[in-house]
Amino acid sequence: MQLAVNIAVLASIYALICCGYVLIYRVSRVLSLAHGELMMLGAYGLYTTASLFTGHPLLALVAAAALALIAGVAVYLAMMWRMTGESVLAAVLATIALGILLRGAMILVFGTQTQYPLRDLGWSNASVPVFAARISAAGLALVLATATVYAGLFTFLRWTRWGIRMRAAGQHPLLAAQRGIGLHGVYALAWGLATFTGGMAGMLIACDAGLEGTLVIIGLKAFPAALVGGLDSLLGALIGSIVVAAAEVLLIHHVDPLLSDVVPFAVLLAMLAVRPWGLFGTREELDRV
Amino acid sequence: MSGYFRTSYLQDTALLDTRAQKAWFGAFAIALCTYPFLAGPLWLDLGNQVLLASIGAVALMLLTGYAGQISLGHAGLLAAGAFTTGILSKEFGASPWLTLPASAAVGAVLGLIFGLPSLRLRGLYLAVSTLALHFIVIFLGGEYETRRGFSTGIVIEPPIGSARGWYFALLAAAAITLLIALNLLRSRTGRAWRAIHGREAVAEALGISVQRAKLSAFVVSSSLTALAGCLFAYYRGFVSAEAFSLYLTIQYVAMIIIGGMGSILGAVLGTVFVVLFPYAIDGGMALVGLSERLSSVVFAVNYSAFGLVMILFLVFEPQGLVGLWRRVQNWFLLWPFKQGRLLK
Repeated sequence: MQLAVNIAVLASIYALICCGYVLIYRVSRVLSLAHGELMMLGAYGLYTTASLFTGHPLLALVAAAALALIAGVAVYLAMMWRMTGESVLAAVLATIALGILLRGAMILVFGTQTQYPLRDLGWSNASVPVFAARISAAGLALVLATATVYAGLFTFLRWTRWGIRMRAAGQHPLLAAQRGIGLHGVYALAWGLATFTGGMAGMLIACDAGLEGTLVIIGLKAFPAALVGGLDSLLGALIGSIVVAAAEVLLIHHVDPLLSDVVPFAVLLAMLAVRPWGLFGTREELDRV
Repeated sequence: MSGYFRTSYLQDTALLDTRAQKAWFGAFAIALCTYPFLAGPLWLDLGNQVLLASIGAVALMLLTGYAGQISLGHAGLLAAGAFTTGILSKEFGASPWLTLPASAAVGAVLGLIFGLPSLRLRGLYLAVSTLALHFIVIFLGGEYETRRGFSTGIVIEPPIGSARGWYFALLAAAAITLLIALNLLRSRTGRAWRAIHGREAVAEALGISVQRAKLSAFVVSSSLTALAGCLFAYYRGFVSAEAFSLYLTIQYVAMIIIGGMGSILGAVLGTVFVVLFPYAIDGGMALVGLSERLSSVVFAVNYSAFGLVMILFLVFEPQGLVGLWRRVQNWFLLWPFKQGRLLK
């Protein structure tokens, strides 16, 4: 039972991070490898607001979420819009370079100490019993947040005006532009939303386990989950996360704890060998030889 | 125009065609050979690092710059060469004459494995699969370390003692790599690589076996990289899985990006730039007097400056240092007539 709960928590971590990869890829065909760093930026945002608004934890949370959204839009406006139309490699490398820049800058500004934003918010991370297992309060919040974010994103993409615009831009940018959709606005929104969800994941993980450099590795480990599910499918990201998380937790439990860092990538390789476009991705999406 | 026209195929395939080029090359070779006698220990070490890294950068350039196959597994291949060397010399006391070919063989086999996804995947997905392989190679290396009790790393005896000796050994290795690369590029194999980079369907129609060209690019590049890894292990005298992080891959990719894609000269220029960059930052900080205050976070300053420079090159100078160099050349060639802009 405890295993199932562990899988659920890990799967929701991965899923919450993955939807950023999927959003950016689906809309602008760029794989953002700076996602782990943007996540961490969100977490540091919470750390900052928590010490700014002491005594108002909800206000701090809202402010941090807004900051993450703004940071994502700023990344697009400052850098990524220049990379549109460049080669795949150039765009991916630009995000990698952004990641390095952010990592260095965050160490310069915040130092390398482990921070505990939850304590700064004035809350404690109690252990909550669920059925026959236990789950930390932050872990429970993670599962709930993931469910809310996915429900919100499905509704947003399906029914709202901007959601439809985003899907159109992802499907065929040229036609979308000719129908009067401002691509830059849509792309900037995608970056904003992706950083918002990634930042949220970062904040919640930081609340659960403390805020330190290993957060970036979690971000990197989540992206195999996005690929396993199919890079252009939100549902795929959800299912892929569950698959990868289950494989990871079970292998750690039954075989070797050291495997934790490689399992997602091994699952990814197996997937790429069998079904490169992922479980739910569109087959045409893959630039096939 | 410079007034030089090629009139025979022999001239067309010559590596150095004009007399001026030969003279410059001679001067450059002499300068390279006298360098270790003039440079101090720090500069000698920097020279060695540049020579060592240039082997890996040229190998990556062949794969990514010429054959157009994106790889993010470069550090994994370096690690494979280094670990082959470390394991062979630690477990069996093998000499460099055995570990060098063994590393190359391991690199070739891994290149085949890294290359297999390229037969089905392209672009982003290929990059991702090589990235996944990188993590697996590093994991296996780390696993070996912990299982055998070398938790901090494998210490090996370097075969060359003096830094000057290393310089000439590495210079020879880099020169041979360069020659192999240049010769491959002007042969059938190199033309096939460029053709599949241009467009695979057309290359196939021209009678090029795309699969063979891709796999040969991966195999050649990987075995050269593993050789570089072997030399790296000996030069450092130490092999550890932590040394081959994703950041190392990024540095190598940065070398070919900053140098300029699709140019061997670019690979070398990029190597010089990336290797010297952290030292330049250190020097700059010492000059401004910040090094005291920032001494504990020097690596963070390096990280952010490196990321920034990479972004600037990607956004403003996608042709890299080679593009800059060619524009400077043209500017002088055309002087005093039509003057293009030196900087975009």
